[in-house]
Amino acid sequence: MQWEIVVGLEVHAQLSTQSKIFSGAATAFGAAPNVQACEVDIALPGVLPVLNRGAVERAVKFGLAVGARINHRSVFARKNYFYPDLPKGYQISQFELPIVEGGEIVIDVEGSARTIRLVRAHLEEDAGKSLHEDFHGMTGIDLNRAGTPLLEIVSEPDMRGPHEAVAYAKALHALVRYLEICDGNMQEGSFRCDANVSVRRAGAPLGTRCEIKNLNSFRFLERAIEFEARRQIGILEDGGSIAQETRLYDSVKDETRSMRSKEEAHDYRYFPDPDLLPMTLDASFVEAIRVGLPELPQAKRARFVADYGLSAYDAGVLTASRELADYFEAVVRGVPNEPKLCANWVMGDLSAALNKEDLDIARARIPAGALARLIGRIQDGTVSGKIAKELFEAMWSTGKEPDVLIEERGLKQISDVAALEAIVDEILAANPGQVEQYRAGKDKLFGFFVGQAMKATKGQANPAQLNEIVRRKLTP
Amino acid sequence: MSLSHTDVKRIAQLARIAVSDAEVEGYLRQLEGIFGLIEEMQGVDTEGLSPMSHALDESLRMREDTVTAHDQRDLFQALAPQVEAGLYLVPKVIE
Amino acid sequence: MLNLSLKELGALLAARKISSAELTRAFLDRIEALNPALNAFITVDPEKSLEQARHADARRAAGDAAPLTGIPIAHKDIFCAKGWRTTCGSKMLANFVAPYDAHVIERCTGAGLVSLGKTNMDEFAMGSSNETSYFGPVKNPWDPAAVPGGSSGGSAAAVAARLAPAATGTDTGGSIRQPAALCGISGIKPTYGVVSRYGMIAFASSLDQGGPMAKSAEDLALLLNAMAGFDERDSTSLRRPPEDYARALEAPLAGLTIGLPREYFAEGLSEDVGRAVEEAVAQYRRLGAKTVEVSLPNTRLSIAAYYVLAPAEASSNLSRYDGVRYGYRAPEYTDLADMYGRTRADGFGPEVKRRIMIGTYVLSHGYYDAYYLKAQKLRRLIARDFAEAFAQCDLLIGPTSPTVAFNQGEKSSDPVQMYLSDIYTIAVNLAGLPGMSIPVGFGKEGRPVGLQIVGNYFSEAKMLNCAHQFQRATDWHARVPAGIPAI
Repeated sequence: MQWEIVVGLEVHAQLSTQSKIFSGAATAFGAAPNVQACEVDIALPGVLPVLNRGAVERAVKFGLAVGARINHRSVFARKNYFYPDLPKGYQISQFELPIVEGGEIVIDVEGSARTIRLVRAHLEEDAGKSLHEDFHGMTGIDLNRAGTPLLEIVSEPDMRGPHEAVAYAKALHALVRYLEICDGNMQEGSFRCDANVSVRRAGAPLGTRCEIKNLNSFRFLERAIEFEARRQIGILEDGGSIAQETRLYDSVKDETRSMRSKEEAHDYRYFPDPDLLPMTLDASFVEAIRVGLPELPQAKRARFVADYGLSAYDAGVLTASRELADYFEAVVRGVPNEPKLCANWVMGDLSAALNKEDLDIARARIPAGALARLIGRIQDGTVSGKIAKELFEAMWSTGKEPDVLIEERGLKQISDVAALEAIVDEILAANPGQVEQYRAGKDKLFGFFVGQAMKATKGQANPAQLNEIVRRKLTP
Repeated sequence: MSLSHTDVKRIAQLARIAVSDAEVEGYLRQLEGIFGLIEEMQGVDTEGLSPMSHALDESLRMREDTVTAHDQRDLFQALAPQVEAGLYLVPKVIE
Repeated sequence: MLNLSLKELGALLAARKISSAELTRAFLDRIEALNPALNAFITVDPEKSLEQARHADARRAAGDAAPLTGIPIAHKDIFCAKGWRTTCGSKMLANFVAPYDAHVIERCTGAGLVSLGKTNMDEFAMGSSNETSYFGPVKNPWDPAAVPGGSSGGSAAAVAARLAPAATGTDTGGSIRQPAALCGISGIKPTYGVVSRYGMIAFASSLDQGGPMAKSAEDLALLLNAMAGFDERDSTSLRRPPEDYARALEAPLAGLTIGLPREYFAEGLSEDVGRAVEEAVAQYRRLGAKTVEVSLPNTRLSIAAYYVLAPAEASSNLSRYDGVRYGYRAPEYTDLADMYGRTRADGFGPEVKRRIMIGTYVLSHGYYDAYYLKAQKLRRLIARDFAEAFAQCDLLIGPTSPTVAFNQGEKSSDPVQMYLSDIYTIAVNLAGLPGMSIPVGFGKEGRPVGLQIVGNYFSEAKMLNCAHQFQRATDWHARVPAGIPAI
């Protein structure tokens, strides 16, 4: 019987607030060590936490977007453990009463929709960072990150294998960016995954799980789950059993290994934080956030299909990120009757150019308006599709407007019938043999005459008009 | 209730307080006395009572999301046992 | 000048009969002379104090003086004061110079009060005798063989010996009221949330509350006016309209109904304290108050609940003392775990470690429901008892402590006996109510007896009125220990 891989994810999304969840220190990434660690963050004696409304709003936004319950009353609790990057000796988190419970995310698995249920999402503070570079055999502690707001999003073990896990993680990643509650920067640790992995024979009860930490890219997530599942299957097939433990993914060796440091008896001694009263969110607070929710990926995809006549696939690609969708729609606003052509340009030349330079859409060298004007020039017959591709490249490298480039380079399409007729007449006169062969039935030569004419006009002839003239002139 | 040596050592370990074997005995005696006092509450019927975490029935106030703190690293790190390059130094943390 | 009230001192300053610098110097001289025997102060810094005094004088010269401007005050060493060593009575913070001001310090400075220094206290406010201080015990000015009470023992002794006109204190289970009682002074713990906890080093966050200690209720009212107020940096600070706590001082007591909790006059109350308290009750009847017997049936259980909840919160609050960012770090260690273990084993004293152990245990896996949750439910029950009592009376009175000051060393080896001495004060913190203590006579060996007054939430003004009317009719609060030299 086949093995089934069962995965649940815990995602820590750093919320995009200006200041920390319980202090007024800045959250910006990349500052010099400890300059963004204020008295509250370094846990001086006597300091106290005050909750940042911005973090709460973002958590509620997330809960509403996934159709979860927003708890009217939730409680901050202390999770007690000692670690040098945890200044208070406890992390303020939520335990028994989280702010968000339930909800679901729909993912696309090989063309069909699957629903991944969420257990909860709760607010907590991030820890600082331990820098293991050698300071005379010591570790350096940077507390700039300490107190950065996190939303921990916990799924049910609803994913079957690495591909579904990655699809879920990507959908969640797109969602938090849609909602603008997290910048999603995985290199900087703004979006971190822990995976709970177990294996079982199909239909059997859930197996013992291992938690894999430190998965800071989708690729690592996929590979770590693959490795871990293979490891567990190997043990079980050899008649062994799985020990529930925390494991660390080593991306260099592409393996997971036991984190023994985490294995010593953990006893977090959670209790309600006496410094923070219960948080109550009234209906108007939640309603105000609901009203301000942006259109979510699923709704946007459906609208792109319905309003623009795009295929489900194209709509999926264009709504993968809010920025890409916004760009596309800005292009369409410029050429409203050609959404399909706009989609082709955005998904084709534009995406290729972005990929080549590894840029995201926000850094595209051609603004949506300029791309729309280029497409408009195809539409009104000023340039051919082929010339437009050349123009696109020129726009990308020079930043110039399409009309400026058309003017500079004399790329304007020749649609003057008399001028084109004169050129065609000349070509027919210069190639009497081919004319004869064509008229004798060698139809393939039609392309030869068109090609000659295009060459003579440096490709600027209006193709439709040119075809019509060549055909007419060749007709005896 | 009765505490064991193992309990005392486990608690001390959780609290990160080094205790010698000789000290364990002393803690055991004192903690047993104190827990004798505490155990009195087990006889009370608290059925239906909601736990009281705070003295007053208020809900949490929130602050606006604005940066109000400025860099005071030098002032703060003047208090630290060991710092270098703006970092607090601790014995090597093994991952 | 020993017994001048804050109002009288304020009048002298306002009339320019004395400058703040002169007044401050006089108290600093007393501290220098008397503190070596009493050990009421951990830190004095005359230069800093005099600088503040000169600043107060300048403020007055500029016509910008508030009622308390220029009057000296001593601060319990639990309040962070920028540039002042702030030890919390612990080796852990023996060299900690606070880089910021507590809200209480800001408020006092804003009112123009001049800091005389930092007073001794039980380590991290854990104790009822001031014997757990790393800086040595404080002596009771009435009898050096006696403890001053705790944890605000240094503040109480300083005011009793007239080393300071007033002091700040904090009260988690009686730490203002009990030492006030044992040293024959007045002290008030306001309703939880009235005084900001920001910068007040935490012991048990849901119970800790700062308040003033002074010679009289009138002085307390003026000090509370300065100390109380909303602070956005403390999430448990209450946003309420500013209040003049002195507004009702002179109101007559006729018509006041005083409740006498049966359990506070029962077994365990020593005969001498009982007698002085009964006499005070009689005095209140003479002042026109009516008394009724009420019941607080869970009084004894408040000790059990408290010794679960306070250590639980403390065990977590004190985790930050790990030798990483400030404070004591053990000089030698083999690795990180060893550094933590030794730092905390050497940096904390026995009582603090004991409470951390209790707290860690009651929160640990498998025990949370039986201890922590159970204690929280009892807390609810205790609060309910008070609510029922206040349905029958305006204020409660009774003894602050079951005995007068006990001897140094008498209970220090028996934590349970020490904890039982907080029996009348603890429940007030659990409920979050305001409570105060005023001197009402003397018990055995001439040691002072304190009367506790407990009010409903936010009834500080009424309590102060009740205390002030008593002090107008009696002079216990004006008594000074023998052998304390005059100014």
